[in-house]
Formats: sequence, structure tokens, C-alpha cells
Amino acid sequence: MVPLSYYLVLSGFLFACGVAGFLIKRNIITIFMSIELMLNGVNLSFVAFAAHWHAAGGETHGIVPLSGQVFVFFVMVVAAAEAAVGLAIIIAVYRTRETLNVDQVNLLKL
Amino acid sequence: MTANLNLWLIPVLPLAGAAINGFLGKKSSRTAVTTVGLVFSGAAFAWAFSVALRFSSADLPYQEFVAHWIRSGNFSADFALYLDQLSLVMLLVVTGVGFLIHIYSVGYMWDDPSYYRFFAYLNLFMFFMLTLILANNYLLMFIGWEGVGLASYLLIGFWFMKDSAASAGKKAFIVNRIGDFGFLIGLFLIIQHFGSLNFTQVFAQVQPIAPETGGAGLLTAIGILLMVGACGKSAQIPLYVWLPDAMEGPTPVSALIHAATMVTAGVYMVSRSHVIFERAPMALMVVAVIGTLTALFAATIGIAQTDIKKILAYSTISQLGYMFMACGVGAFSAGIFHLMTHAFFKGLLFLAAGSVIHAVGGEQDMRKMGGLRSYIPWTFLTMGIATLAIAGIPPFAGFWSKDEILWQAYQTSWVYWLIGVITAFITSFYMFRLLFMTFFGDYHGAQVDEHGRGSHGHDGHGHGEPHESPMVMLVPLMILAVLSLVGGLVGWHNHFEHFLDPVFSSGAASETAGVISSRLMEYVLMGISVAVAFLGLLLAYVLYVSKPYLPQRIADLLNGFYTAVLNKYYVDEFYAKLFVKPLIQGSTNILWQGVDRKTIDDTVNNAADGARHVSDEVRHMQSGNLRSYAGWIAAGSAAVIAYMIWMGVR
Repeated sequence: MVPLSYYLVLSGFLFACGVAGFLIKRNIITIFMSIELMLNGVNLSFVAFAAHWHAAGGETHGIVPLSGQVFVFFVMVVAAAEAAVGLAIIIAVYRTRETLNVDQVNLLKL
Repeated sequence: MTANLNLWLIPVLPLAGAAINGFLGKKSSRTAVTTVGLVFSGAAFAWAFSVALRFSSADLPYQEFVAHWIRSGNFSADFALYLDQLSLVMLLVVTGVGFLIHIYSVGYMWDDPSYYRFFAYLNLFMFFMLTLILANNYLLMFIGWEGVGLASYLLIGFWFMKDSAASAGKKAFIVNRIGDFGFLIGLFLIIQHFGSLNFTQVFAQVQPIAPETGGAGLLTAIGILLMVGACGKSAQIPLYVWLPDAMEGPTPVSALIHAATMVTAGVYMVSRSHVIFERAPMALMVVAVIGTLTALFAATIGIAQTDIKKILAYSTISQLGYMFMACGVGAFSAGIFHLMTHAFFKGLLFLAAGSVIHAVGGEQDMRKMGGLRSYIPWTFLTMGIATLAIAGIPPFAGFWSKDEILWQAYQTSWVYWLIGVITAFITSFYMFRLLFMTFFGDYHGAQVDEHGRGSHGHDGHGHGEPHESPMVMLVPLMILAVLSLVGGLVGWHNHFEHFLDPVFSSGAASETAGVISSRLMEYVLMGISVAVAFLGLLLAYVLYVSKPYLPQRIADLLNGFYTAVLNKYYVDEFYAKLFVKPLIQGSTNILWQGVDRKTIDDTVNNAADGARHVSDEVRHMQSGNLRSYAGWIAAGSAAVIAYMIWMGVR
């Protein structure tokens, strides 16, 4: 069996990639994809923990079985909804400003 | 309780008058205002009179409960009224003289644009004064006490457009606060030790206490503190300075508040507290010494004044000194007797002075008067009677009461008596000086017209020659003149004292005022006081009528002393240097510049400035750049995580 730490390291790596992409990239769509990457990094840790506690017999200590997996489904649903709204916003932004470069979309200030 | 006297009506009637005139008077006609003002004060007098008629049928002291007020644990103070011989005398004096002065004011104030305001204030004053008199506990008395102070302030500053009037009102108010402070502390002491402010309860507890002859104790402290309050209200040394300035108010106010009634509140309060004072010989001595000194001191200032009202003001202070002297030697009934006769003749003097001022068109300087006898004969006659009364010439009212005080003072100590007699001489002198300067000799007024003499022009103030006042002003003068003439006769064979005996003998500590000296001694002393009164008259006549060049020479001769007297011994200047200036300087430099501006204002301003500066810097964070926001979030999260790892938070 693959130890838990492997999953967590991978999960952390995915999340860090997402953060880095979010900070570095200028294109809104790439940034958007980075967000998905972060979400999936977290999802991975959810399922990894769920499997780990299940294997360790956590149910006897009050851990609800499959709760990690259920959370992942929630996150996916929310991510899908977010993707729908986010893409709509991106299209709207592109129509008005004719660019997807976030450095040129900086009206969000005093 | 035999009969319900409905005492509450007496103070409430003037209050209703004050409310009606105060709220509706501005839009009403003068006639309506006059009607309201006179009807309500007259009704109060009528009711007081009817109470006096039914007085013998009531159980004394008569108490009347009106409403609950303060109930806190064992302590209670209610709106409850108290009537005994002492409050009855005060009641009749205040409502009677007050009503007469209301009538007089109709004539005196008719042309004033704030006619309604005057009557509203005057009625308000009556309400508070009657509350003060009728209260059955110290707290309600204090309400009245403060209320008359308020009315006094409002009326002194009645012509508030005049700077001097406004500041005189403030001065009266502030000086009274000093006295009230002492009064309040006295009341606190009473609450602390007797758990009540109700007269009956307090005095019942004080009664068994032995007189503090050995040294100063609790009762002495209470007595002296109450006297401090009385000093403020009744203008005694060292707090008398407000009264002469209070003459800025309209003359009827000077007559009612600053001569006849309010300023005697201190005497009333001390007399009411006689049970306490009788058990505190040292406090009594303080009262007597203050009274005696004030009597002499104020009288000497009166000699050199030239403002007709100022003379009367100092005379009032001096006469109040007499009353306190009487209280101080334990002769409370003599003090109240003098209070009553003084209300008559001093009220009359002020009203007559008002009539004189009215006659010469607002002039108050006696040097610009003279020879008014033929112009205003009625005023002259009534003022002459009042002068004879205050000078102590028999059979006028002042003679009886003043003589009674001097006789009682003599029985305590000849020193009091001697100073009293000297004061009586000075009083007689300066009062006749006033009379002679005003009514004898030639008229020195500016508007005199040699050819127009004899024609009686009623053409308003400041025009034409002096003219007699209208009947509405003269009638009160005449009534008061009659009272000044015969008012003293109630003291015949000590009838007045015997009337008040139930008040003052109940709870008297010891009968010291027994017959010590012979009847002969009393007559000798009486003869002396009459003699000095005539001597004063004679001296004034010589100096101001037969040899009018002499006063100037004497003044030149006694240059330094004369200047000091003329400037009222520089007491105002002394107070200004000692108290007022340091207070103003301290307030300006420490409280205003130091505390308020440097500390409070600067703290607030610096906090605001600091927030602004910090915000100015932090503002740059909010660039509008999405990626920089994300960076901040990431940095913040990293910081939190680092912190959690560092601190080992699980």
C-alpha cells in the first residue's frame, strides 16, 4: 500500500503549482486553470485521508465513512458551477476590454 | 389634623401664572399679561391670608403631604408642606409684599418690550420662594433656595442686552453657588448622621443632644456650613459682593428679591434650624460675628455711594447683618421681626427709589437729583416714612425691631450692642443723606427747564422735568408706607415674640434670655439708639442741607479713607486678584490650553492623523491589480502557516 505521505506530497505539489500559476500567469484562462489545479490538489488530500482513516479503522473512533469522498464530489460540483460562471465572466471581460491580460484589467482599486 | 388648609395652592398659583405668562404671554396683550400676573399672585396672597385667618383652628405645626418625591431605602423626601408661626409670618410677608410689588411693576415696566417675560419671572420667583418657605424638609427647601437663585439670575439679567446686567446676573449666580456648596455639605452631614432631611425628624433627633459647649462638634460643623449657605443667599461677609451688582436688575426686582424676600431666605433658614444652632454655641457665635461685622462694614460703604440703588443695596446688606446678629445671639424672633419690618420699609425704599428714577428719566446718580420734593410729593412722603423707619426713629417700624435686636444683643455681649448702635448711627446718617440729596436743595438734572416748572408733563422717560409716577405705582408705596408706620406695633409688649414662641421655645437648649437686666436698662438703651438715630439725621442735615460745602472738605481731609470707602474697600478688586484672576488664568492656561487643547484635543487629533498617515501608506496595497491581490493572499497564508509551524499549533 502506498503510504499517506506520498499522496500528501503530491497533493501539496499540485496545490503549489496552482498557486504559482495563479501568481505568475497573466492570461485569465490560465489563472482559471490554476485554480482548478489547486482545488484538485485539495481533493487528492481528501480522498487520501479518507482511505487512510478507513484502513486504520477510524470508523470505530467516530469517523464517518466515505466523508472525504463525498466532500470531493461537493468540491467538484462547486468547481463545475464556478467554471460555468467564471467562463461567462471571462467572455464578458473579453467582449468589453478585448483582452484577457489581467494586468490590463485593473479597475478594481480606489 | 383639624382642617385641610390646602397649602399647596399658595406656591402653585404663582407657578400657574408664570407658566401662562411664560408660554402665552408673548402673543398676548399687556392687559392680559397684567391680569394673569396680578390675579395669580393676588390669589396666592388671598389664600395665604385665608390660611392666616383659619390659622388658630389648625394643629401646629400643620403638615401637608402633597406627593411622593424621593424614596430610597430609609431615606425619604417628599413634596410636603409645613406651616407654623414662623412660616406663616414669612408667607404673609412674601405674598403681601410680593403682590404689592407686582402691582407696582405694572406701572414701572409698562413700556418695556419684554413686559410678559418680566411677569413670568416674577411669578416664578414667587413660586420658588413660597416653596422654600413652606417646605417640610431641607431638600424641598433647597429646591426653593436654588429656584429663587435662578429667578434672581434671570431678573438681574433681565436687560441682558446690557453687558453689565448680564455679568451682574452671572456674578450673583456664581457667588451663590459658593454658598450653596456649604449648604449642600451641611445637608449631607445631616443625612449622614440623622438619616433624614425632614425638619420634624431631624430636630427630634437633635433635641436630646447636649449643647456643644466644650468645643466644635458635629452640630457646630452643620451650623457653620448652613451659615455659609446663608451668607451666599443673604449677602453676608464674605459673599456679599453680588448684591450691590444685582441692582442692575429692574427696580421692582431689587425691591422684591434683593431687599424684601429672597435675601432674607438665609435668615429664615437659620431660624428654621434654630434647634441645631442653639446646640452649637460656636456656630451661633460665627453667625453673630458675621452679622455684626457685615452690618457695620456695609453701612460704612453706604456713606460714600452716590448711586441711589447702590446705597439701598448696601443698606440691605447691613440690615441683613442685623438679622443675623439677632439670630447669632439666639434672639431668632427678633431677627424675624426685623425681617418683617425690613421687608416693609426696604421694599418701600426701593419702590420709592424706583419712582424717583422713573421721575428723572432713568437717572440713578443722586448728584444729578436734588429738590425733587416739590415735583414728586407722594414719593417724597412715602420715602421719608421709610427713611424714618430704617433710621430707627419711633414710632416707625424699624425702631421696634432694631431696638429689640440691640437689646437682645446687649444681653449677650455689649460689643455686639456697641457695634449695632454705631451701625444704627451710620444707617441713619446715610439714609438721611440719601433723602436730603434727592429731595432737598436744587434740582441738578440736565433736563431741567426753568420756565417749564409747574407744568406736569407725562411725556415718557428722559424728557421734560421730573414727574410723579402713576397711581398704580403710588398705591403700593402708600400701603407699604402705612405698614412701615404701624408694622412695628405688632412688637408692642413683645406680642410678636410671643406669637413666635411656640416655634423657638420648643427645643430651646436653655433659657439664657431670661430677665437679666432691669427694665430701666432697656429704656436707657432704647434712649441711646433713638438718640443716635436723631444724631445721624442731624449730621446729614448739617452736611447736606445747611452746609452743603462741608462734605467735600471732609472728604478731602480724610482722603485715603474716603477713597477706600468710595471704592467699597476694594473688596471686588481684592476678590478679582485673589480668586477670579487665578481662576481665569488657571482655566485658560491649564484647563483650556493644557488639558483641553493639549491633552484631549491632541489625543483625538493625533489618533486621527495617525490613522490617516498609516492608511496613506497601506492604500498602495490596493492597486487594483488582480495578481497583486493574489500575491497578498498567498503571502498572508504563508505567514499564517509559518506561524502555525513555528508555534507548533496542531
